[in-house]
Amino acid sequence: MKAASNWPRRLGLGGLAVLLLAALGFVVMRSGPLAPTRVTVARAQVGSLSPSLFGIGTVEARRSYLIGPTVAGRVSKVLVDVGDTVAASQLLAEMDPVDLDERATALEASVARASSVVAAAQSQQRDAQARSDLAAATARRYVALGAQQFMSAGAVEAKQQEQASADAALAAAGANLAAARQDIQRLAAERAGLRQQRDNVRLLAPAAGVVISRDAEAGSTVVAGQAVLRLIDPASLWIRVRLDQARSGGLAVGLPASIELRSKPGARLSGKVARVEATSDSITEERVALVALDTLPQGLSTGELAEVTLALPATAPAVLLPNPALQRQADQVGVWRIDAGKPVFTPVRTGQTSLDGQVQVLDGLRAGDAVVVYSEKAVTAGSRLQIVDRLAGSPP
Amino acid sequence: MISLAGRDILHAWGKFVLTGIGLGLLIGVTLTMAGVYRGMVDDARALLDNSGADLWVVQQDTQGPYAEASSLRDDVVRSVRGLAGVARAANVTYLTMQVRASGGHAAGREVRAMIVGFEPGQPGAPGYLVAGRHVTRSHYEAVVDVRTGFTLGQRIRIRRHDYTVVGLTQRMVSSGGDPMVFIPLKDAQEAQFLKDNDAILNDRARTAANPALNRPGVPGLLEAIQASQAANHNVNTVLVQVQPGVAADSVAAPIRRWKHLEAYTRAQMEEILVAKLIATSAKQIGMFLVILAIVSAAIVAFIIYTMTLGKIREIAVLKLIGTRNRTIAGMILQQALGLGLIGFIVGKVAATFWAPIFPKYVLLEVNDALLGLAAVMVICALASTLAIRAALSVDPAAAIGG
Repeated sequence: MKAASNWPRRLGLGGLAVLLLAALGFVVMRSGPLAPTRVTVARAQVGSLSPSLFGIGTVEARRSYLIGPTVAGRVSKVLVDVGDTVAASQLLAEMDPVDLDERATALEASVARASSVVAAAQSQQRDAQARSDLAAATARRYVALGAQQFMSAGAVEAKQQEQASADAALAAAGANLAAARQDIQRLAAERAGLRQQRDNVRLLAPAAGVVISRDAEAGSTVVAGQAVLRLIDPASLWIRVRLDQARSGGLAVGLPASIELRSKPGARLSGKVARVEATSDSITEERVALVALDTLPQGLSTGELAEVTLALPATAPAVLLPNPALQRQADQVGVWRIDAGKPVFTPVRTGQTSLDGQVQVLDGLRAGDAVVVYSEKAVTAGSRLQIVDRLAGSPP
Repeated sequence: MISLAGRDILHAWGKFVLTGIGLGLLIGVTLTMAGVYRGMVDDARALLDNSGADLWVVQQDTQGPYAEASSLRDDVVRSVRGLAGVARAANVTYLTMQVRASGGHAAGREVRAMIVGFEPGQPGAPGYLVAGRHVTRSHYEAVVDVRTGFTLGQRIRIRRHDYTVVGLTQRMVSSGGDPMVFIPLKDAQEAQFLKDNDAILNDRARTAANPALNRPGVPGLLEAIQASQAANHNVNTVLVQVQPGVAADSVAAPIRRWKHLEAYTRAQMEEILVAKLIATSAKQIGMFLVILAIVSAAIVAFIIYTMTLGKIREIAVLKLIGTRNRTIAGMILQQALGLGLIGFIVGKVAATFWAPIFPKYVLLEVNDALLGLAAVMVICALASTLAIRAALSVDPAAAIGG
């Protein structure tokens, strides 16, 4: 064995050993506790953001009508069906009038009879008038004769009494006539009332609209207030939007809205906040706003889900950061600021956020500060950082 | 003095290196198996770490939300927030299901994932991201673990709604190793408790057919009952962070006593997860690991033994020329230890390189590696004694014999 012939082998083995050690060193440095945490870093920049609010809602009709009887009864006919367009005061359905028509006939007869009673009373009054006139003339004559001593005082007083009786009879006849006339008035009023009741069993459309449901058919009995038909005004459709209370700051009437209907994903409709309800839902922790569409699309149906984005006015310029940079340590919100290559937790006060993930930093950070945005594991104060351009899964 | 071992290795270096690599792959498998076991336990711990909670408030007499089902009313969180010592509390739902990509490059691909319903900025929310942004809308946005394979901007379908992936995170897994998908709490409640349309229609018909609930004289009653049947206000757990300096146990006690709920501290939850939930599968892996370690040790011993037997003629020559027994024994021991060292390095490197390919997390701990190194060295030393015995007992005459 000559030493010279061993050199290539020695070199080969030595190379292998170096390679193995290098691989081991690489493995130890890249995994395990000695490995650095890979992070990406962004610089805080000054800018203004356009915050917006996001909520989901359902399409509803601002004006909807429940058409039903005011008293319990049986439906006699329903004239329209779901989907029909109806005009204001169009007859939609009718309730069974039961005995209303017969009672009207009876009242008519009573009115006719009352007219006859008036005629009789008028005749009685004329008769009483004639008697009264005669008694008055007779009494005057007797009084004159009595003054000339041709008649005894007793005879004169008897005639005066007759005149008083005849006057009283005339007054009575007048009262009878008035009573008969009042009776006619009463009966006429009763007849008018009955006609209204008769009209009331006819269910009319209070306004122009579309029938959305037919809840009772002819022959079914409904209670007072129960709907036979439901109408909506199709021109009054709007969207009842529910917004998370925690993210509803700035909600106000008149905010421009961008609406995406579930039936037309991708198509954006424009609208405006028409009303912000004064009460919010304490169970779901949501606020309710009503958004009117600028133009109603064809075939919009109530109950349809819609995603609504409300645009708030742009904010004043401030330091902006992407929201993954914000971290929470114990009870503080802050960012990991890179200071001389080491992460330093810096508490910040945040303001508004935008839907694309930008956050206003009001306090705690200066423009140009480098902060950790993405990290492959949670960063701690002792972390060794390796700054890279991007981590896994960036957008295609 | 010349190194006999070095000389011998130089002489048959190919055989030596290949044996070392083979041995290394075997050691790599053993280390990986240990990593699988550690990874399993670490998955359970990661679940607890990522939730960021000090206390888990769950339904009374259950060990939820991970090990058992637990259901709470979602307004419980308000009464918990009012307790002394509570810094933050938040509702969370967990649901393991198949999530389907509904658009993008992999439409229709299904991933088994744990759906987490969380409130943004509260305990239970994903702590850090590797790409994208946090959820900013209150509905229909999702942050997913990179292991799901979904990309930013992709649409994924959970029950009846499509969600847009807006952020990616990493190492957010359930105790079973399923990657997590974070969606807003209200959506998650709906996904978990809302029935399918057929079931809803059947339920409506069933309610309408009940004369006690559908009374002709009470308009609106049926609608009210059906609306209340469809509404859901349940969550699986309330995650609580206690104020700094307050012991979690002291907050848990009044919850157990007065709220009639169960509250687990971090230590108790870890006990439930590690000792109960993954106990059987962990023992299964552990058993396999033990057998693999024994088999590896045996194979290492036999390889060194047969390697020595293969050189028995050369050893006889050495004895014939008067080499001392100590020198021969040293040569065999040095070779065995060298083989062990090469094997360990190859194994460690191999295990580190193939660990990320595993579908579930494989955690290679430094302590395990050091323990493995010591074990390999001890086994090599022990195995070499067997070979040394054989070498020393060889007859020098065998060198010139047949």
